[in-house]
Amino acid sequence: MIHDDRSAAFDALTAAAWSALGDVLDPELPVVSIVELGIVRDLTCGRDECVVTLTPTYSGCPATRVIEAEVRAAVSRVTDQAVRIETVLAPAWSSDWIAPEARAKLAAAGIAPPGQARAAASTIALREAIHCPHCGSLATEELARFGSTACKAQYRCRDCREPFDYFKPH
Amino acid sequence: MLEEDIASANVGLDLLGQARLWFAYASEIDGRSEDRFAYFRESDDFRNLLLVEQPNGNYADTVARQYLFDQWHVLLLAQLATSRDTRIASIAAKALTEARYHVERSSGWVVRLGDGTDVSNARMQAAIDALWTHTGEMFVVDEGERPLIEGRIAADGESLRAPWLAAVRSVLAEATLVEPADSWMQATNGGGGRQGVHSEHLSRLLAEMQVLPRTHPDARW
Repeated sequence: MIHDDRSAAFDALTAAAWSALGDVLDPELPVVSIVELGIVRDLTCGRDECVVTLTPTYSGCPATRVIEAEVRAAVSRVTDQAVRIETVLAPAWSSDWIAPEARAKLAAAGIAPPGQARAAASTIALREAIHCPHCGSLATEELARFGSTACKAQYRCRDCREPFDYFKPH
Repeated sequence: MLEEDIASANVGLDLLGQARLWFAYASEIDGRSEDRFAYFRESDDFRNLLLVEQPNGNYADTVARQYLFDQWHVLLLAQLATSRDTRIASIAAKALTEARYHVERSSGWVVRLGDGTDVSNARMQAAIDALWTHTGEMFVVDEGERPLIEGRIAADGESLRAPWLAAVRSVLAEATLVEPADSWMQATNGGGGRQGVHSEHLSRLLAEMQVLPRTHPDARW
């Protein structure tokens, strides 16, 4: 029974820590949380420590260190336990992991959410039509393959003439 | 211009991130820190390809260098992603998702500049002609690599030559460029970047990159 009580307590702590991470926003996309982006792969609080498993979106993402610091701070708000961060690369992060609610939040912030990432084996570059996040038009065109951050490309709407960021399928 | 400046920086950022993943793994095996690898090696301790240390030149030179590298990089990473060393495989699989995007962009620019104006075509052709000679060493297998290739840990450089050439030919054709008439490629036997024998350009790059930590060895950033 004692053991069961303990694991129940650890489960409750893990749930509280997950909830705390839900408040950590991506520093470069401060409208969505790192949980919604699919960066947090696992979280387990046990007897001695909380282990948070993260995966980077892009290898060179400069926000990685900031995210780690914010993860430590968030988990430390719900527990006194030590926080250990592990980084995993496999399976490689995909924009397909972004939660549906997060896609709506990106669009509301003027960032067109990513289309389906193409299958790893495919060698054919398919370009989906991208909805303008301002007016909804599909008459949009790519201006540049990279935008303000590694995860975005620059687009322009031919109907409302507004430029916008497009979260690249990856 | 601004967009492409940002794009080049973003590609560079991806490649730096990938380099850190490789150095982090090398550190675990070798014991030297990531920073020791990056900042405290001399040029003849670096094993990079001669191609990637060539100067930026004009934009056609920059794009040509990037494209010839990217096209090889995706093939190399695809093979490393199946390595029996799971750490190598996971780094390569991660990097491959980024490298695929890089080659789409750089090949697109080879086509736009090659099939552009007379001036852009001439510059793109000159850039391909000048860099071509440095591409041969991408496919040379060092004797030391053989056991690693046979153990399915490292990639077999020789096997990348045919698919690389086929892809490059297709892009050059679309770009209305011609494959360099002088097909001589530097294929080193003890005398290229992979053996630590570099052009003077690497020393200048390293001087800029290494000056801060060498001047202030305990600097933190």
